[in-house]
Amino acid sequence: MAATRGFTGRGATGRDPRLPPGQYDAGDDWPVLSAEVTPALDTSGWTFTVTGAVEREVTWSWDEMHALPQALVEGDIHCVTTWSKLGTRFAGVSLDTLFGLAPPAPSATHAVAFTHTGYTTNLPLADLVGDRAFVAFEHDGVPLTPEHGGPARLLVPHLYFWKSAKWVAGVRLTDHDEPGFWEQNGYHDRGDPWQEQRYQGD
Amino acid sequence: MREETATARTLRLALDRPSHHLAGQHFVVRLTAPDGYSASRSYSVATPPDGGAEIEITVEKLPDGEVSAFLHDEVVPGDVVEVRGPIGGWFVWRGDTPALLVGGGSGVVPLVAMLRLARRVGRSDLVRLVVSVRSPAELYYAREIPGPETTIVYTRETPPGASRAAGRLRAGDIPGLPGPGTTAFLCGSSRFVEAAAVLLGDAGMAASDVRVERFGPT
Repeated sequence: MAATRGFTGRGATGRDPRLPPGQYDAGDDWPVLSAEVTPALDTSGWTFTVTGAVEREVTWSWDEMHALPQALVEGDIHCVTTWSKLGTRFAGVSLDTLFGLAPPAPSATHAVAFTHTGYTTNLPLADLVGDRAFVAFEHDGVPLTPEHGGPARLLVPHLYFWKSAKWVAGVRLTDHDEPGFWEQNGYHDRGDPWQEQRYQGD
Repeated sequence: MREETATARTLRLALDRPSHHLAGQHFVVRLTAPDGYSASRSYSVATPPDGGAEIEITVEKLPDGEVSAFLHDEVVPGDVVEVRGPIGGWFVWRGDTPALLVGGGSGVVPLVAMLRLARRVGRSDLVRLVVSVRSPAELYYAREIPGPETTIVYTRETPPGASRAAGRLRAGDIPGLPGPGTTAFLCGSSRFVEAAAVLLGDAGMAASDVRVERFGPT
């Protein structure tokens, strides 16, 4: 695209290399975006289930999830609305750990993350393994607040943050790709921020 | 271009083809610098679909907002900017179902597209709009919003002669629902949305019937 007359913006020089194209550093802010009313979820009734194309379906309670090996996740998150938050610290459980106990079937190629509110998002199974996807329940050492997805959200920091479903209740593995909530509403199927895969057609 | 308030202006964009947007959808404005740097922000369309190629967006000038600053201080009529859209298939109203619209501040923009659509198709009976705004001077579309289907709530300063004292949105400000099967469209800052969602719940709306759009500091 040709340059916009009169626009210089913050410029490309001196830009933090951790920022993908088209993103800006939100600094200490952590904007809240969601399409649904924030639910009040009680950890006593909370569950997380790995289901669908798996060798063995498993559901964890809050306490059972916390008894699993914990992962500390440090890095950057990128929202499709163009803010990024650099140097975040989350704690949770790696999906690799969960898939070790609920192994994907050979036919599994994709996953739909589902939530306690009805929101869904789809991901290739490959994006959920390799210690790149987590069930996160702490940010900066404190429990995730409800508006940020607490008590637990999916955390897939290498994709745009709508993939990191708030109030996550589980993942259902499939042998095909099933578009989720935003993916049915104009957003990109995969959402790689470094490729600027924001909308369908990117 | 039209100034709505001291910090918000409405821009009319002529697209290169007719816009088939739905009331509630947004467009992305993308600005590109000579060095290749670019910045994009989403803006809700304020005008309802009319088959034409012109749309209006209303832009609040944000402190440190590089796109909003450009759209306030630099752009002049006739400039060409890259836009993309319409985007979003969730926070949309098609004009034929009961809708309760609740907006805080600049969150009124997509709701005004819905109000305008309702009035244009003669179905104002289907919508109720509640706008919460700090003062009369900060109300967008001030000449157009008042009407039998709308309620304006002032939180800090009221116009002369107002019967309601200034104060935050409360249960009594939520009007009766315009019909069975009402969908609520709630738009504003995250703080406003959280508070209003509680009021809608108290008014008997199921969370699953409430669609939310939050304006972050983007």
